[in-house]
Amino acid sequence: MFQVEQLTTSDPKVSLQDVSFRCEAGNIYTILGSTGAGKTELLRALMGLNPLVDGDIQLDGKSLTARPVKDRSMSLVYQQFINYPHLSVLDNVAFPLRRQGKNKAEAQSLATEMLATVGLSDFLQRRPAQLSGGQQQRVALARAMVKKSRILMLDEPLANLDYKLREQLREEFPRLVAGNDNSVILYTTTEPREAMELGNTTIVMSDGRIIASGPPADLFAHPPNQSTASVISDPPISFISGHVRNDALYFSEDQLAPSDGLQLPADGPVTVALRPDAIEPGGDFDATIGLSEFSGSETIVHLDFEFGRAIMLVEGIENFAVGDSLSVSISAEHIMLFAPDGRNITTRIK
Amino acid sequence: MNKFYHTLKTLFLFGWSLFVVFPFLWALTTSFKDANAITSGATYIPWVDYEPSTQGWTSLFTTGSQGINIVGPFIDSASVTLIASVLSLALGTLAAYGLSRFEYRLGFVKNGDITFFFISQRIMPPIVLAIPFFLMLKEIGALDTIFGLVIVYIALLLPIAVWVMTDFFAGIPKELDEMAMTDGCSPIGAFFRVILPNSVPGLVVAGMFCLIFGWNDFFFAFTLTFTETQLLPVSIVSLNSSVTPWWSLSAFALISVAPLACVAVIVERYMSRGTMSGAIR
Repeated sequence: MFQVEQLTTSDPKVSLQDVSFRCEAGNIYTILGSTGAGKTELLRALMGLNPLVDGDIQLDGKSLTARPVKDRSMSLVYQQFINYPHLSVLDNVAFPLRRQGKNKAEAQSLATEMLATVGLSDFLQRRPAQLSGGQQQRVALARAMVKKSRILMLDEPLANLDYKLREQLREEFPRLVAGNDNSVILYTTTEPREAMELGNTTIVMSDGRIIASGPPADLFAHPPNQSTASVISDPPISFISGHVRNDALYFSEDQLAPSDGLQLPADGPVTVALRPDAIEPGGDFDATIGLSEFSGSETIVHLDFEFGRAIMLVEGIENFAVGDSLSVSISAEHIMLFAPDGRNITTRIK
Repeated sequence: MNKFYHTLKTLFLFGWSLFVVFPFLWALTTSFKDANAITSGATYIPWVDYEPSTQGWTSLFTTGSQGINIVGPFIDSASVTLIASVLSLALGTLAAYGLSRFEYRLGFVKNGDITFFFISQRIMPPIVLAIPFFLMLKEIGALDTIFGLVIVYIALLLPIAVWVMTDFFAGIPKELDEMAMTDGCSPIGAFFRVILPNSVPGLVVAGMFCLIFGWNDFFFAFTLTFTETQLLPVSIVSLNSSVTPWWSLSAFALISVAPLACVAVIVERYMSRGTMSGAIR
């Protein structure tokens, strides 16, 4: 059991505030947050690279907080592909094993095995600079995994790769880390899709705090707060100011909003969140097309309503001309309501 | 047009090379001349213009009235320069690593101030330091000794090493040190196992500067030595051209620049190689 209690730091960039969570070995925990949310700072603090103001880090009931970096049984893969430039690929991966006291032959044998797992058997004697970005990151991953640390941390490891390589490594990732049943894997990312694909549990961070955690599908379906809904939605969810009056939901400008199946709160202001698939062409709401962009097999359309701007997701490639008017429908099924303090107050009538 | 510029460039480089190399060629031909060849006008090609003689070179290793024996000053110069350079490089590298990786603060003094303090040692005119050094060495009985000169030269060369290495370490990502620590190294282990092997180009540049400044120093070699210890620059200046023949002076001049030229040729490849490529992308 890996346990983090009320971690607080005073980093100049982003300070961690009372960060607490627990992890079980054999699971992958994705830490999701936008840039500047404090993900890297959290990993660095756990690693012992950033000083703590308060809090405790425990592994199997023993505190790691006072231990030096090298004695924490942790590995870190950086976003940048960092390897030892003066060593061959084989020696790079054997390096941590040699520091563990293994003799050269044993270290190289284990390193060779690990490099075979990550598909680099043909590059053992090359220097990192002679490899592509994806291969360099595989070396870094192999070096982090070979020493069988109890905590394996990956700080946006795919962020600097081009799209195809990123997709390929993301697909391969579960196979690469398979067999780390004794380890906790912490994987930070800014991409909701990556977090949901790879993690058994997702921890959502914002402004140095944990704002939500749980199974990724649950977090997506029922985000506990507006910040989580914002971070976990891709394409972005749209937030519209609204209010409830006399058991009816209104957008701003007093435009009646659909609320079938929603149990509305007491009269007062609310934030209406529209998922991109809540809006469909054809209906009673008039909008002007602000922007239209293709995303593979989908079209993302930014619509300007009287009450604000919202995003619509349309299957397939559709041509929408910027400036044209469009009538759309909004389905209450994909609407969420948030209280002014950001709490999710959506309740559906069963 | 391109051809014109290419020709112009080639001519300029050729002219500049000639300008730089000519004094050495002149000294080289003169060192193989005798009295007749020297006084018979400007001649450059041995066996054609004049009959070569090794008299100038043999006189460097001969004592007595016929020779000037440079062996003693050469060994003194080499000892002082090498010892001072190695120690300056060792101390300077450690200081520079500390300054580039850790934050120091003593009142208003911070890392930048400490670095500037080192550099300011070189800003000061040497004459300002001459008397204090003289008195200090006299006090500890190290005047006119290799030991005394080594101490002074370390004070002179250390700022160069710190300056060059601080700049070099600043270019090595800190993540490399951190990664070494996560891989099981202590901070000092990370320095010796990872950072130092990747700092060869910086060490070579700093080492070259130390050797050049140490080997070429005349002022302190002149003011802090008398008879027991004599370095090459002082020896060469003390030769009187009305007594010492030109061919011996030329051979001496060439010998005094030869070590640095050899070192430059050997280390050139390290200076131009960027070993940090591949550390971080």
